[in-house]
Amino acid sequence: MSPGDLSALWLTLKLAGLVTLILLLLGTPLAWWLAHSRCRLKPAIEALVALPIVLPPSVLGFYLLVALGPHGPIGLVTQSLGLGTLPFTFAGLVLASIIYSLPFVVQPLQQAFAAIPPGLYEAAATLRARPLDRWLSIALPLARPGFLTAGILGFAHTLGEFGVVLMVGGNIEGETRVVSVQIYDHVEAMDYGAAHRLALTLLTLSFLVLVLLYRQRQPWRL
Amino acid sequence: MLSLRFDHAFADFRLQVDVRLPMQGVTAFFGPSGSGKTTLLRLIAGLEKPARGFLQVGTAVWQDGPQGLPTHQRRVGYVFQEARLFPHLSVAENLAYGQRRAGSPQGTQVDRARLLQMLGIEALLTRRPERLSGGEAQRVAIARALLTDPQILLMDEPLAALDAARKAEILPYLERLHAESQIPIIYVSHQFEEVARLADHLVLLEAGQVVASGPLSELTTRLDLPLAYRAEAEAIIDAQVVEHDTAFHLTRVAFAGGHLWLPLHSAPIGSLVRVRVRARDVSLTLAAQTGTSILNILPAVLTDLAEESDSQVMLGLDVGGTRFLSRVTRKSVSLLDLVPGKTVFAQIKGVAIVE
Repeated sequence: MSPGDLSALWLTLKLAGLVTLILLLLGTPLAWWLAHSRCRLKPAIEALVALPIVLPPSVLGFYLLVALGPHGPIGLVTQSLGLGTLPFTFAGLVLASIIYSLPFVVQPLQQAFAAIPPGLYEAAATLRARPLDRWLSIALPLARPGFLTAGILGFAHTLGEFGVVLMVGGNIEGETRVVSVQIYDHVEAMDYGAAHRLALTLLTLSFLVLVLLYRQRQPWRL
Repeated sequence: MLSLRFDHAFADFRLQVDVRLPMQGVTAFFGPSGSGKTTLLRLIAGLEKPARGFLQVGTAVWQDGPQGLPTHQRRVGYVFQEARLFPHLSVAENLAYGQRRAGSPQGTQVDRARLLQMLGIEALLTRRPERLSGGEAQRVAIARALLTDPQILLMDEPLAALDAARKAEILPYLERLHAESQIPIIYVSHQFEEVARLADHLVLLEAGQVVASGPLSELTTRLDLPLAYRAEAEAIIDAQVVEHDTAFHLTRVAFAGGHLWLPLHSAPIGSLVRVRVRARDVSLTLAAQTGTSILNILPAVLTDLAEESDSQVMLGLDVGGTRFLSRVTRKSVSLLDLVPGKTVFAQIKGVAIVE
C-alpha cells in the first residue's frame, strides 16, 4: 500500500471515529427527546433526522456545500467567527458526515429508549434516585444494546461515504481524501491493483464491524 | 397521623379528598375501579402532581399548597401492581438499589436478614428478575421498598396481577408483614377479601370522593354504607384465641364484647385472629333461649335498622361495645316489635376465622 493509501486509511478511521463520538454525544439527548416527547413538531424533526437515508448523497452534499460556502448561512457564521469557510477542510468533512450519519445513530438510540418501560423510572424515584441518577442507573444500562448498535452503524456508515465527501470535502490528500475517494482515484488512473488492495481493506473492515454489530444483537444475555 | 387534602382534576375526573389516617397498621383504600384509589396513592408518593393540596406524614410535610417534595425526597415505599424490578440487576442488586440511596445515618431500621427471611426470598438473591415467578417478584419488590426504611409503605393492588394460586401464596407474607412491621401501610384494593384479611382502617372511595373513613369493623357494619348490604354483609371482629376444646373440636375466642365458639382452629392459644360473623347467620330472640343447638348466644342491644328490600331488614347490634349485623325478615321485625334500644339475644350460627 502506498503512503497515499495509508494516509487515506488513517484519515478515514480518524473521521469515522470522531464523527461517531460526536454523534453519540449529540444523538443521545436528541434520541431521548424523540423517544419521550409529545411535541407536535416531533414528526417533522424525526423526518428531518431520517432525510439522509433517502436523499442521494450528492443532493445532501450540494446543499451542504452551498450552506457552508462563503455566502451560505453556516459559512457566514464561520467567517464572522474567524474560522474561514469549511468546504474542502477536514472540519467541513466532519460536519457533513455528522449530518449524513445522524439517522444511523439516532434511530437505534430512540428505539432503545422507547423500549424501556417508564414505570421503571417511577420505581427508581420511589427508591430515592434523583432524575440524573435514574437516567444513569436505569436508562443507560438498559439502552446499552442500542448504544452499541448506534455506535457501530454510525462508524460503519461514515467509513463508506463517498458522494458527500466528494461534494463537500473534495480530494485533498491528508485533509479530505478518504479511502473511498482514493479508490476512485486509483480506478480513474486505471491502477486496478491499487484499487483492489484498498477496496478489499475497506470491505474487510466493514465486514468485521458488521460482524461485531450482529454478534451483540444476538439475544440479550443478562 | 397522616393528613391528606387534595383537589386534583383530570380530563373527566376530579379527586377531592380531605382525610386523616392513623400512622399504624394497614389502611385500605377500597372502591370500584375508577374511584381514584390509585391516583390518591400516587399523589402521596409524589408520582402525580396536584395543582394544590396538603400532605403531612407524621411530622414531615410533603405537600403544602402548590409546593411538593419530589418523589425521591419522600421517605416512601411503593409496591406497584407489577413488581417493576430492574431487569438488568440481580435480586440482590435490586434490593441494594434503594437501600444504598436511602442510607439513613444510623443504618437502616429494617433488619435485612429478618426481612428476607420473612418474605422467603433469601434463596433468590443471585437470580435475575426474568427468572422469578410473579409471586416471587412481588415479594422482592416489597422487600426492596421496605429496605429504604420508609415512613409509610404504599401498596397499589400488589396482588392484582397474580393468579389465585400466587395470591394465596403471597397473602400470608402480607399478614406477617402486618403483624411484625411497625411501618404503616396503605393498601389499595378492589377485592374485599384482601381488605378483610389485612386492613385495620378503611377508606371508602367512590368517584373521587371519600364516602367514609374509619376502623374496618365499624365501616363494614354501618347501615349508611354499602358494605352492610352485600350478600355477604358481615361483622369483622379482632379476637384472641383462649381455649381449644379437643374433645368436641372447638376453639373459643374472646373479643371486646364476649366469647365465641368456632370450629377447632390451629392458631395457638393467645394468638390474635380475625373472625367474621355474617349477618345472615345471626338471628334474634327476645329471651335467652335454653334447649337450643346454638352455642353462641350473646346479649345485645338493637341500635339501628334499615330496610334492605320489601322482605328483608338489616339490623345493627351492640354486643358489649362490639357491633354485629343481623339480617332478618320484615315480618320478624314486626312480630318481635324490634325497635332501636330494645334488648335482645343474638344467636350466632356461624363464625369463621378470616383466612
